[in-house]
Amino acid sequence: MSTVSVSESYAELKSAAEEKYNALQDTPVIMVGTASCGKAAGADKVKEAFEEEIRAKGLDARVVEVGCMGHCYAEPLAVVSKPGFPGLCYANLDEGFVKRLVDDFLINDDPCYEYAMVALEPNEVFPTFSDFPRGVYEHKIVLEHCGFIDPGDIDQYIVEGGYEALSRALEMTPEEVMEEINESGLRGRGGAGFPAAEKWEVAREAPGDVKYIIANGDEGDPGAFMDRGILESNPHLVLEGLIISAYAIGAQEAYFYIRAEYPQAVERTREAIRQAKEKGLVGPSILGSDYDLDVKIFQGSGAFICGESSALVKSMEGHMGMPEQRPPRLSISGYRGKPTVVNNVKTLGYVPHILRKGAEWFRGIGNPDSPGTVVFALVGKVNNTGLVEVPMGTTLRQLIYDVGEGIPGDKQFKAVQIGGPSGGCLPESALDIPIDFDSLREAGAMMGSGGLVVLDEDDCMVSVAHFFLDFTQKESCGKCTFCRLGTKHMLDILERITRGEEEDLKVLDHLQELAEDVRAGSLCNLGRTAPNPILTTLRYFRDEYEAHITERCCPARMCPDLITFYIEPPKCSKLCSVCVGSCPTEAIYTREDGLKAIDQEKCVKCNNCYLTCPPEYLAVVKLSPPELLEEKEGKSS
Amino acid sequence: MPVELLEGERETILSEVENTLQDKEKTRENLIPILQQVQKKLGYLPGLAMEKIGEALGIPAVDVFGLATFYDQFRLNPPGEHEIKVCMGTACYMTGGRIALDSFKRKLEINEGETTSDRKYSLERVACVGCCTMAPVVVVDERIEGHVTATRVDGLMLELQGEAGKEDHAEEEREEEQEGEEREEIQEEGEQEQ
Repeated sequence: MSTVSVSESYAELKSAAEEKYNALQDTPVIMVGTASCGKAAGADKVKEAFEEEIRAKGLDARVVEVGCMGHCYAEPLAVVSKPGFPGLCYANLDEGFVKRLVDDFLINDDPCYEYAMVALEPNEVFPTFSDFPRGVYEHKIVLEHCGFIDPGDIDQYIVEGGYEALSRALEMTPEEVMEEINESGLRGRGGAGFPAAEKWEVAREAPGDVKYIIANGDEGDPGAFMDRGILESNPHLVLEGLIISAYAIGAQEAYFYIRAEYPQAVERTREAIRQAKEKGLVGPSILGSDYDLDVKIFQGSGAFICGESSALVKSMEGHMGMPEQRPPRLSISGYRGKPTVVNNVKTLGYVPHILRKGAEWFRGIGNPDSPGTVVFALVGKVNNTGLVEVPMGTTLRQLIYDVGEGIPGDKQFKAVQIGGPSGGCLPESALDIPIDFDSLREAGAMMGSGGLVVLDEDDCMVSVAHFFLDFTQKESCGKCTFCRLGTKHMLDILERITRGEEEDLKVLDHLQELAEDVRAGSLCNLGRTAPNPILTTLRYFRDEYEAHITERCCPARMCPDLITFYIEPPKCSKLCSVCVGSCPTEAIYTREDGLKAIDQEKCVKCNNCYLTCPPEYLAVVKLSPPELLEEKEGKSS
Repeated sequence: MPVELLEGERETILSEVENTLQDKEKTRENLIPILQQVQKKLGYLPGLAMEKIGEALGIPAVDVFGLATFYDQFRLNPPGEHEIKVCMGTACYMTGGRIALDSFKRKLEINEGETTSDRKYSLERVACVGCCTMAPVVVVDERIEGHVTATRVDGLMLELQGEAGKEDHAEEEREEEQEGEEREEIQEEGEQEQ
């Protein structure tokens, strides 16, 4: 044992970090959100513009890249903190606005309140996040620092109390750490909701000295980016959780499994590990204790099935990611045949918070059976898209209408798709269900990894089911017959329904039966949950299926084979030719009388004329079933 | 439809594979990292590379091929000069991603996952690029385009073809200049002889 205790070495790290930040306190800081979502909206240009302006004006200010604060609808975002003012967040920035901010705020002390979105700290002049409806419902734990600290600087994380939990854990015995997590009731956030501590205990008690722990960041849902957001915005939080968990189960090697498609997440995590090594938080005798741990990154190659832990382990061993029959459980025999724990990155993100604030605190948030919060990627037909974190037990209605601020364009809510491709679609009547593992399962959906897509009246539920099944069918690893062939067969049926080729309602019973068989006959959760989109849409939206079959009508006017575009002569203005120009296939022509018409042979149903027809005319309509066209044309001629 | 190897490509493939294999332990566990690195260098995994890697690691080529087709990350076609990726995440699909994809297919006359025979364009669908607010989204090379409609696809293609046209034109000019210089040189030589 070294002479310096763990807490003393931590205190040393912390005071060094504080010193560094105190020295910087008098300099204004501009934090630009450059996670993938911000970059897509042009954050790089905004950052360059800030740097350029500050250099040109010879100012003393720092420009820092931070991650995502969850308000993706308002990107590019930047936070300007100038001594004497509260930190102010500005949304939808561009280069011109950057110039103005530098001139007016940094040089002249006018914070341009009329353009600010929100203030970070409570103050007397400007509202903060908690003054907005979203702030009332949100409770940030895992996302707490995301977007507000520099993911590339370990010192800032330490100043905010980072790695304190690790130093506490190392002064406890592994059993005590495990007991604390067990008390907190933390359940795995990867989807199934398995108690985290139970997994650890099995691995801890499994025979053998070599044990592994893996942080599962193989997020493959179309439309979900929570894990990526966290790794890009605060990789140290997950790393700290990983080290603590590794200590609890007695592992000497820990891995991050991150998709290679997330290059920025990989890069920022790699940098985090490097800095932690430098500070003696990873590697031999961590913080002067006698515990050693090596942390590595494995880049996943993009197979949805690899989110399943036994498939993930298979792929790390250089094989195709196919799930294995259990038992033996991974915590007995996993990676290289050794006891292995696979935890989702969000699960690990809670661990440092629980150790710092105690199990009691964690149990006090959310439901008794599902304590804590839940992170969602809120997307689709909702005003405020982005990453949100709410306590378990919040209702779907609160999440969509209060946090998400409702549906754009006064459209009618139709359904919410929750849990990614293997989740289910819930209708309006289910909106008051509290969000937790068990209630959602009862309703036929599941928590999944946390994708939440809001659908409105323009979305066809058969087509939605088809979309998700198409995804799971392609991602099926092919091991179990039911999943491999059953999903394909169901997909074929849905395809025929969306094309109007099915005429007998019996096909729906057949579909239901097949879906139940696939669920019963598959080994892993991909196959077991793949039928969920079909089962829930059949349960809640059967009338839409029936309309497709009996009337060849798509009520949402979405399935291309069941709709025809038509220009209503009484509404068409002869003088406007917008639709003619918008048509990519030149299917729209001007008739002899000056009205526009569509050549159905040439039309590819791209929806362009429908979108471009000016709002004062709205002459382009979608007819379903397509046979309505003859009727209409008969009348007009 | 496999794209034919260009002149000299065979040699590049062989040397890159060799370079990658050099500093890696030849174990099954390293197969995926090796494939990732080779793809990073070459832009794709040619059949030849997979055969060579299999040979070096003592794994049948068919196994390597199986692995490469199992994972989405690996591509068997060379990327085009311009890479077009159409997002098919949930939000993009619901707002018309399919329309954008269909438009590109129609314009380029290739299917998703393919490269045009002149290697100018490749077309892919990706699961989610994480900017659902701008749906439907198309990524052209590194640039992200939001709210893409069929006409925007036409516009993007015109832009890309315009650039290509300019490059071709510039090349022609350069060639002409060179020819001109050569002619001058010949003239000079002629003068010297006189």
